[in-house]
Amino acid sequence: MGQIEWAMWANEQALASGLILVTGGIVATAGQFTSWWFGAYSIVAGVFICLLEYPRGKRRKGSTMERCGQKYLTKVVKVLGPLSRNYYIRAVLHLGLSVPAGFLLATILGTACLAIASSIYLLAAFHGEQWTPIEPKPKERPQVGGTIKQPPSNPPPRPPAEARKKSGEEEAAASAGVSGGPQENPVPVVDEVV
Amino acid sequence: MGNWVENEGLSIFVILIWLGMNVFLFVWYYRFYALRKTFFYTQKLLGIALPLARAPAACLNFNCMLILLPVCRNLLSFLRGSSACCSTRIRRQLDRNLTFHKMVAWMIALHTAIHTIAHLFNVEWCVDARSNNSDPYSIALSDLGDNPNETYLNFARKRFKNPEGGLYVAVTRLAGITGIVITLCLILIITSSTKTIRRSYFELFWYTHHLFVIFFIGLAIHGAERIVRGQTPQSLDQHHHEICEKRISEWGKIKECPIPQFSGNPPMTWKWIVGPMFLYLCERLVRFWRSQQKVVITKVVTHPFKTIELQMKKKGFKMEVGQYIFVKCPKVSRLEWHPFTLTSAPEEDFFSIHIRIVGDWTEGLFNACGCDKQEFQDAWKLPKIAVDGPFGTASEDVFSYEVVMLVGAGIGVTPFASILKSVWYKYCNNATNLRLKKIYFYWLCRDTHAFEWFADLLQLLETQMLERNNAGFLSYNIYLTGWDESQANHFAVHHDEEKDVITGLKQKTLYGRPNWDNEFKTIASQHPNTRIGVFLCGPEALAETLNKQCISNSESGPRGVHFIFNKENF
Repeated sequence: MGQIEWAMWANEQALASGLILVTGGIVATAGQFTSWWFGAYSIVAGVFICLLEYPRGKRRKGSTMERCGQKYLTKVVKVLGPLSRNYYIRAVLHLGLSVPAGFLLATILGTACLAIASSIYLLAAFHGEQWTPIEPKPKERPQVGGTIKQPPSNPPPRPPAEARKKSGEEEAAASAGVSGGPQENPVPVVDEVV
Repeated sequence: MGNWVENEGLSIFVILIWLGMNVFLFVWYYRFYALRKTFFYTQKLLGIALPLARAPAACLNFNCMLILLPVCRNLLSFLRGSSACCSTRIRRQLDRNLTFHKMVAWMIALHTAIHTIAHLFNVEWCVDARSNNSDPYSIALSDLGDNPNETYLNFARKRFKNPEGGLYVAVTRLAGITGIVITLCLILIITSSTKTIRRSYFELFWYTHHLFVIFFIGLAIHGAERIVRGQTPQSLDQHHHEICEKRISEWGKIKECPIPQFSGNPPMTWKWIVGPMFLYLCERLVRFWRSQQKVVITKVVTHPFKTIELQMKKKGFKMEVGQYIFVKCPKVSRLEWHPFTLTSAPEEDFFSIHIRIVGDWTEGLFNACGCDKQEFQDAWKLPKIAVDGPFGTASEDVFSYEVVMLVGAGIGVTPFASILKSVWYKYCNNATNLRLKKIYFYWLCRDTHAFEWFADLLQLLETQMLERNNAGFLSYNIYLTGWDESQANHFAVHHDEEKDVITGLKQKTLYGRPNWDNEFKTIASQHPNTRIGVFLCGPEALAETLNKQCISNSESGPRGVHFIFNKENF
């Protein structure tokens, strides 16, 4: 498995953990379980993790499929700088966030999943991976008329009259939808669509 | 005008039956636990959380039974082959096995979520009742079992308070431990099965998926401790809840209300899953046995643009057109199996695959076969190969249609290489009883380099057809989707020539993408009242386009032209 980027899996796992933390937290809070404030913490932590992990990082090789609408969050996550870029920091952060949720049965699954995500991120950091934002490429504005210095002074070279008539037939038959121009086409122009 | 019933009807029917079974099981078991008097006191303790946990458990039994079946490749291949008498419609259904596998997996995830949440409430309320943090009735019910000759109702026996009590139950009870472990396995399986991971890091997906072994073992023993309690039949005869419910303080003291006795449900899950587990075990054994058979590489050919061809022989190997095999090369990796479509025809005495070098494993194979070296390699230096298969896919059905449209995108043309070769051999043997009368072949390709190994085949076919005065049998269109300006100039200049500049074929290469609407309409008008098979091996987007075209260009009546869509997938 030489080419694997562990961060890709860590990202999926962390996102899933965030959702599980939120669910467990809602159960504990809505059910008013004993020490339900751990559940409330879980919801907040889970939402934070989901937002942090939602924008997928750019892969080193090949193209990356973005998640739907991730570009808005990418801007926010990018602002965090090394906190989001460095996977060692992410591993420690996730491990720390998972600990308080471990005090309630309702959220302990979230703890386990997040701890696993943290260890995969650690592995990714060992392999020297880091989070690079996927940025939209700036659209190159086509330079209209940038290379035209002066309009041409001579008409384009044309073959002699008979050859022009013959090539006119061929062109009419071969190319699709080219306007006939002032010359008369002996063969009706047919739209050749395959 | 469209005929989606023709294309999708059977699939939708199967899915509706499956969903119907899920709903039925959910409702049936919900009512079983909510309404029966066996569970009257259990419900008093646990409320709605009891039936809400048992109903998804029943659905989980059903779905875990189903999930192993679509991935028993050999079994499906056997069913496919043996249903040669049955219509192609049934066989098409078996092609969608992976889609069904994924749907069942999502249903398992959903029911696991409901089951877990309901049990979280169960545990919380049970522990509360036991630690005197609940209403008096529940506390009294939980006290049952403390004295000798009593059986317990509440499975939390230690009087720890929440949240420690809940955690204690989870790690000391078999159901708790197995529940947490197998749910973790399920989550890891799901996160490593997303499309990104599957397409880019296949080995991770494959290895992590094997956690399903732990999942199934844990699932089988999950209910062994029998902590879901119901009143025993003997106790129900003596103790009637209608009379005794309100007189809990007198239980055991008055004649009409002896102390009720409880027992746990025997585990049911193993009955559901033992059959498919056995079938899957057989499947893996078959794969292993097949892989032990000796396979000899007879020839290795390097093609341009990072493609190699391996020609092999194996004793007793029989294939049909368009089938695929799984290949393992222990020298490269001892555990990995990778699928490849067979590019040879059944009539040849060897079988071949064309492999594109894209990742770790294929590069390793490239080096192991000595393709990176210039000089001729000795046969004994070639690595040992294990082959599993062949497995049947959609292309087998090509010969049962009168007219077919074959569409291959890029390397997706490989199954069709097999078909066209087979066609050529059948022609050579003068098999005029061929049902197939007309082939429309479309190859969409980005690069001209990839043409070369396929162009030879097309040239052979061209000459063959001219000799037999049946030039119209195969009509092929090659679309070059990645041309640039210098190439366009070249084409424009050589437009007049008889043979195509790129392929040397008489039929010219076309540029850009085909106009599918026109293609379908032209073909429909040329073949009215026929069932036309459309076979695709290519990307999802193209599959959707063609599927829509098939549906919209098919006529709604039973007579009239019908386009039937078939897609290859692994």
